Amino acid sequence: MLAKRIIPCLDVKDGQTVKGVHFVDFRQAGDPIELGEAYSKQGADELVYLDITASLEGRKTFTELVRKVAARISIPFTVGGGIHELADIDRLLNAGADKVSINTAALLKPQLIDDIARNFGSQMCVVAIDAKWEEDGKWRCYINGGHKPVQRELLEWALEAQDRGAGEILFTSMSHDGVKTGYPNEALAMLADKLSIPVIASGGAGSMEHFRDAFVLGKADAALAASVFHFGEIKIPDLKAYLKKEGIIIREQ
Amino acid sequence: MKVIVIKYNAGNIHSVVHALRRLGLEAQVTDNKETILAADKVIFPGVGEASSTMAYLKQHRLDELIVNLKQPVLGICIGLQLMCRHSEEGNVDCLGIFDTEVKRFTVQEPGYKIPQMGWNTIQHLQSPLFSPEMEKRYVYYVHSYYAECCAQTIATTEYMHPYSAALHRDNFYALQFHPEKSSELGEQILSNFLNIER
Repeated sequence: MLAKRIIPCLDVKDGQTVKGVHFVDFRQAGDPIELGEAYSKQGADELVYLDITASLEGRKTFTELVRKVAARISIPFTVGGGIHELADIDRLLNAGADKVSINTAALLKPQLIDDIARNFGSQMCVVAIDAKWEEDGKWRCYINGGHKPVQRELLEWALEAQDRGAGEILFTSMSHDGVKTGYPNEALAMLADKLSIPVIASGGAGSMEHFRDAFVLGKADAALAASVFHFGEIKIPDLKAYLKKEGIIIREQ
Repeated sequence: MKVIVIKYNAGNIHSVVHALRRLGLEAQVTDNKETILAADKVIFPGVGEASSTMAYLKQHRLDELIVNLKQPVLGICIGLQLMCRHSEEGNVDCLGIFDTEVKRFTVQEPGYKIPQMGWNTIQHLQSPLFSPEMEKRYVYYVHSYYAECCAQTIATTEYMHPYSAALHRDNFYALQFHPEKSSELGEQILSNFLNIER
């Protein structure tokens, strides 16, 4: 049986994992490669590296990092952040990334999804959606790292992205992100039911139960988290042992 | 040992080069016929679409070259599918090394997604590529098409139904999953392939 995936997400600025990474067990906490390797050894099923650098110089550093990650790490990894056009994608895939994640660029220029699918294959294309539950009862999409609302609704945009050739949808609920009260399971289940491509849950994990709920209630194919892993609040081997006990299919090493 | 990776119009062929390097081996990526013929081991990896990659192989006469190779050959992902008889993807006749058909997954029950993306188990293992303790362990897959089970199947995986996770005939081996992305287990399988005597 296909296993549910656990995906740590690493934010990278100027080639270093951003502050807040607080691993007691790892001396090189700031080194994204060391950290990725450590997660891989602990049983992470995939990794996501997000470039949060704004400068051109930082972007070059990130490409160099992708090259090193590809050489060292033996599990799949996705990269995102700072992607505007096909040339950026070409550069990152050539550097060895397995998938790219696009967010703002896809909403501003949906044709980019078609172009990635046609040039590199759907399996390379993750469309990340940041959305917020609004008072009118709709999930509104946001761009620019959650700073700017757009006139698109979550499900409608996810379906369009799928039709254009997205291989996976990575949904971050801005209403849940950072508050550690769990993933948006109702919205996840709605996406899972309507989409024929995998859905990655992101934003809201605070406990091991939240992962279980994202898989059972939210029907997610994968769950992504950052701080609970970085701060060592949840250790991946413990999480996997817990999920197995709860009857969820997970990969054991 | 001289290991070459066949260069053609498929994507992601460099990740296998990285994996081999982690095993301490420097592979050469080439489409040069003499170099391929002289290699000790040949790897035929990649992700891509069957009919366009098959057309490229024919155009560059790599199709005849591959089927006539005598050294151990390892196909990976689209490599495995191209080594089968025929693929539904673009309705194309393939290399015919393995006597089986490549079909598209069709969702027969809710909850299954296409492509299959992620980690799934290998079972019914029988080949020097695998050791008994690998039975039911997880490897990484990304694919929408699969090879049906046949007499040459040496490992199966289940996704809605069983299919060929690996195939073997004579000097030809093939894996549907990505050993280069399957952590230590994948590296062991690659290493087992490298240890196969000619």
